[in-house]
Amino acid sequence: MLRIEYAYWLIAAFLIYTGLRHLRERHLWHAAFWLVLGVLFGSGDAILAQSAAGHALPAQLGGVGVIVLALLAPRLRRQAHPENCGPEERLQSAIRLGHTLFVPALLIPLVTLLVALFGGWLAISGHALFAAPQMTLTGLALACVVALFAASRVARTPMHEGVAEGRRLLDAIGWSALLPLLLAALGQVFTHSGVGTAIAAIATAWLPGGSALAALLAFALGMVLFTVIMGNAFAAFPVMMAGIGLPLLIRRHGADPAILGSMGMLCGYCGTLLTPMAADFNLVPAALLELRSPYGVIRAQVGGALAILATTIVLMWLFVFR
Amino acid sequence: MNYWPLLGVAVIVVGFVLRFNPVLVVVTAALSSGLLAGLSVPALLALLGDSFVASRMLLIFVLTLPAIGLLERAGLREHAQRWMARLQGLTLARLLVGYLLLRQLLAMLGLTGVAGPAQTVRPLLAPMAEAAAEKILPTLDDADRDELRAVAAATDNIGRFFGEDVFIALGAVLLIQAFYAQHGIALSPLAIAIWALPTAIAAFAIQSARVWLYQRRLRQRAAGGRGKAAG
Repeated sequence: MLRIEYAYWLIAAFLIYTGLRHLRERHLWHAAFWLVLGVLFGSGDAILAQSAAGHALPAQLGGVGVIVLALLAPRLRRQAHPENCGPEERLQSAIRLGHTLFVPALLIPLVTLLVALFGGWLAISGHALFAAPQMTLTGLALACVVALFAASRVARTPMHEGVAEGRRLLDAIGWSALLPLLLAALGQVFTHSGVGTAIAAIATAWLPGGSALAALLAFALGMVLFTVIMGNAFAAFPVMMAGIGLPLLIRRHGADPAILGSMGMLCGYCGTLLTPMAADFNLVPAALLELRSPYGVIRAQVGGALAILATTIVLMWLFVFR
Repeated sequence: MNYWPLLGVAVIVVGFVLRFNPVLVVVTAALSSGLLAGLSVPALLALLGDSFVASRMLLIFVLTLPAIGLLERAGLREHAQRWMARLQGLTLARLLVGYLLLRQLLAMLGLTGVAGPAQTVRPLLAPMAEAAAEKILPTLDDADRDELRAVAAATDNIGRFFGEDVFIALGAVLLIQAFYAQHGIALSPLAIAIWALPTAIAAFAIQSARVWLYQRRLRQRAAGGRGKAAG
């Protein structure tokens, strides 16, 4: 049975490979960074299993590993890898191979789509082929392996060259690949430290009680602000809902809960478009596309996000108190 | 009420403003917030380790890199650009708006992992957008290319965000439903999801208009450049 854990082991193998290559090239800080990350990924299941069984030590070591990664990250300078292949060579290859180059690239979304739609029905002698949790992501991992096979066939290049090219791209992304995971961990720590309840307490203390419009604006802008801080609308939603949405808007002013919930969440999504804290949507793509500014994607989103936010607030005002 | 953990938020803001390494800033914020809330050091370390490995799925995009790297070495981006340059009717705006629509519809079906910055934007959308822009303005400089790639990534994000909220069986809608259920308000997922549609339509219209305006700016610059060359 294919489980998401296999994908994590593949990632761990790739990270450790990257670390070992750096070790051979005597980039010790880079080597340490990718090796620690690889070990964390490889041992992730064991850490979670031990925590669930009540043994905290592996998780604590994992926490130490995270701190080590944070101390190593500032030492990773982006280094320009010499390209293995000049632009002229690539152009010749592009002319020779033509549309067949698209086939492996399109296999990634296509195989993922097929697994997401039909993976649940596939079985070999009564055993389901794909485990139900995270089936789409398992499909994505499978699609990447299939695509690498296909790419190697199409380009008539051995697969290990592909892994080496992948490592070049991973180096170009560097530490920003790590931010989404760290921000998810930060969200957990914030929740456990009561940051959300403290902000909600301040917000309710400052809020004028009488006006429905003022409460609605505070709710919508609070969703945006809190999402900008936490990087995630899902973290902002329960806090703003418990602080303003439920007691003031729904209970006192009679707002429609379905509309308030749905559109309130969308206000948060506008915040996600604005914040470096949503690293996986904003900073990682900037690194992937090799933009010179890490905030390039956010800059391209500001105008759209504010326009969508304004529209959503107006729609809320029109419909929520019907 | 203990307000001291809020200093973790201040660490984030100050750290990002002063441009310290974000990885270091985030971990420092987590540590300070946790310690100020009175968590013990072992408990805080365990919490950090557990929540880090529990979100490993966020790094799954690195698995696309070997295949994409191999294809780029074999000329994938060059081919996408040459192909785009040959297609007459497909302008920059039509390409990006078409992608936006497709991404939104896929996300509405819950298929958010099918496309994305690593899966589709870097290998396909960005080079095609660059080629389409070069048809309008052949003298794109590095800043223009950066802006164009950023617009492609923004289109991908907006399509995903304002599609997925309409899908009933995952993520946002279920979170909203669960919150209300905890507080004694019973709602069906469909009743919540349907109210994401107006914003989804507005987001499509707004981003399409922005892409079209961007294309018009490029056209005006191209016309201005030609005018100068003639004069």
